[in-house]
Amino acid sequence: MNAPDTHTMTTSAGVRLHTTANEVPVNFVRPQDFKAKARAAVADPQLRENFRGAMDFLIDRRAAHFSDGDTFKQFRSMGEAIRQHALAHLPELLEQLEAKLTGLGVQVHFAENAADANRIFLAIAKAQRASIMVKGKSMVSEEIELNHAMAAEGVDCIETDLGEYILQLDGDRPSHIIMPAIHKTKQDIARIFEQRIPNAGYTEDVDELVRIGRETLREQFRDARIGVSGVNFMVAETGTLALVENEGNGRLCTSVPEVHIAITGIEKVIARFDHLLPLYALLTRSATGQAITTYLNLITGPRRAGEKDGPREMHLILLDNGRTQAYREEKFRATLQCIRCGACMNHCPVYTRVGGLSYGTTYPGPIGSIISPHLLGLKATRDLPTASSLCGACGEVCPVNIPIPDLLMKLREAARNDDDQLIAPLQGQASARAALEVATWRMWRLLYANAWIYRLFAYWAPRLRWLTPSNQAGWTRSRTPLIPARRSMRELLAQRRGE
Amino acid sequence: MSRVMPGPESRRARDAILGRLRAASIENPRAVPDVAAFYATRTALRPPDAASRVERFCAQMRGWRGEVVETSSSAWIAALAEVVSAKKLQHLLAGRDTWLAPQLGARFAADQLHWFDDSLPSFKLQLFERYDAGITTTRGAIAETGTLMIWPSIAEPRTLSLVPPVHIAVLQASRIVETFHDAIAGTGGADDWAGNLPSNALLVTGPSKTSDIQRVLAFGAHGPKELIVILIRDDLEAAA
Repeated sequence: MNAPDTHTMTTSAGVRLHTTANEVPVNFVRPQDFKAKARAAVADPQLRENFRGAMDFLIDRRAAHFSDGDTFKQFRSMGEAIRQHALAHLPELLEQLEAKLTGLGVQVHFAENAADANRIFLAIAKAQRASIMVKGKSMVSEEIELNHAMAAEGVDCIETDLGEYILQLDGDRPSHIIMPAIHKTKQDIARIFEQRIPNAGYTEDVDELVRIGRETLREQFRDARIGVSGVNFMVAETGTLALVENEGNGRLCTSVPEVHIAITGIEKVIARFDHLLPLYALLTRSATGQAITTYLNLITGPRRAGEKDGPREMHLILLDNGRTQAYREEKFRATLQCIRCGACMNHCPVYTRVGGLSYGTTYPGPIGSIISPHLLGLKATRDLPTASSLCGACGEVCPVNIPIPDLLMKLREAARNDDDQLIAPLQGQASARAALEVATWRMWRLLYANAWIYRLFAYWAPRLRWLTPSNQAGWTRSRTPLIPARRSMRELLAQRRGE
Repeated sequence: MSRVMPGPESRRARDAILGRLRAASIENPRAVPDVAAFYATRTALRPPDAASRVERFCAQMRGWRGEVVETSSSAWIAALAEVVSAKKLQHLLAGRDTWLAPQLGARFAADQLHWFDDSLPSFKLQLFERYDAGITTTRGAIAETGTLMIWPSIAEPRTLSLVPPVHIAVLQASRIVETFHDAIAGTGGADDWAGNLPSNALLVTGPSKTSDIQRVLAFGAHGPKELIVILIRDDLEAAA
């Protein structure tokens, strides 16, 4: 074998430096802190401007491709049918995929949770005596906290997507699943590069910043023994992994290193090769408003006999991590139709105002609010389904027709009730149930179900209005207090009839 | 070196996951969606004029910042040489066993043109340091989106069109189809993809790019900074 890769890197200028990956403590936000984080984000005008600008940009770009509503509807119903068909046959398709890939020489691993997946990564790194992995953009690798799990064992997992690389240098996290560094300005990035990349200097010239990123990561691609990637779609029929990208870092991660490890969720499989086409067309148009990306990278097994490059060893890790819970009930299963385009967040008035980091989850925005309760349990994520005005924009733009607003409502219910008709309860079900809230609704029901109590209330409320507290907990944080009217509707009507 | 195989934990996880999926009740599972029929209904909407496909391809490819040099089947090597000298490309890399190779070998000196004969990783250092441009054939192209279809092979490895900063791709106009679906369905004359996939198949649309810094579009992210298509048009030959 080759000499194991070293733990230092050399810039094109020949300066040796310690790898910058994972040195900076990561800004860690929990979904439990959503309300506090959201309040802070709303008060930050720069952050709001960054998001507003970025989301308007993405909305306009997408709209240019779907100006003809019929085309969108036709593609969308095809995309929905393909994803629903795949989910209806998920266990068989996974077995077919596994058999196909195994036949091609790919090792297929299953992982129940993040710890399982990280253990597999580590075993491969140890067997390869690798201290560096280069990684293409993968939200599932974020979900399992791969970088930190590897860093704890002395393996540097280096982000190579430019946006992700910027965040890794700064100890920050992705705030958007497609444009991870959308919350940073070029001035922020210029400062990060100046501080974290030796000899980079300060420049706000975007071409120059991109060039610095390219040069700095070049030798990592060359020297790393292991390349890691996510997967956009897996084709059961052919054993093909489809990767969608613009930068070329995904191709480098899957073509140059001796070992390629792909990780993705079990739901990403589709039945047939031609099913890929409508989904790919929907994904690029919905995500960034491109008719097509620079690269569609279709990988069907490792290097074959006689070939001069490509990985000699290839692994696929299929992660559950709560997905089977969403799968269990028909009503939540639609969550797994998602193709991770991010259109729902781009169009969400709440996401645009609070930014992706406030959610404290791998997947922010509307899709994050319906998938995270399955991944992390409702207890930790109980506020997320309430982070919506239910305006319906997310459901309207979804390229695979996931009824996101309905699912948000169902999760709100599940967070508060355990007497639901669910066969098996969701993890953390009813954890948002609060005694005061329950008592309030009981009072409300009592009041409106009994005419004489209601009449008594309607008589006294206007007369005791001066007793209304001006501080009404959550309500008055951003609204004026609720005070009963001077005269009730009944009194006003009685008066009119009397006149 | 021992290869890490799926261990007992992975097998347990597999059985548990598949078991949970099977336990779910599936009501009225959908029939296999018919993508071919879907695209067939859309053919009515496409431009009727097959002859304009070449123009559409060129316009789209240029829109993605790819350069297109239109030439004839006798003049392509001269056109390619012109690009090489205009861009001052010193070291070229190409596959030895392709239909381009005889003319490339005759046109360029041995110290300028190198063949991709060695396998990675022994060739890695040279591959990353030395070459200004990789020259490849293409399997065809898609007019609708201005996309090249590239199937790396033993003769033309994956990294040939990826690592050198300039990618020169030679395309025969007769191999341009209207849509990606035409290509995979074989209606455009190409082979059946699904039954025949190589270890790596690519769609390439322009040079590599990124908008990760404040949404500003910048070219030359990690893949080639420039993409030049040498387009061989048979009609140009006839006219000449």
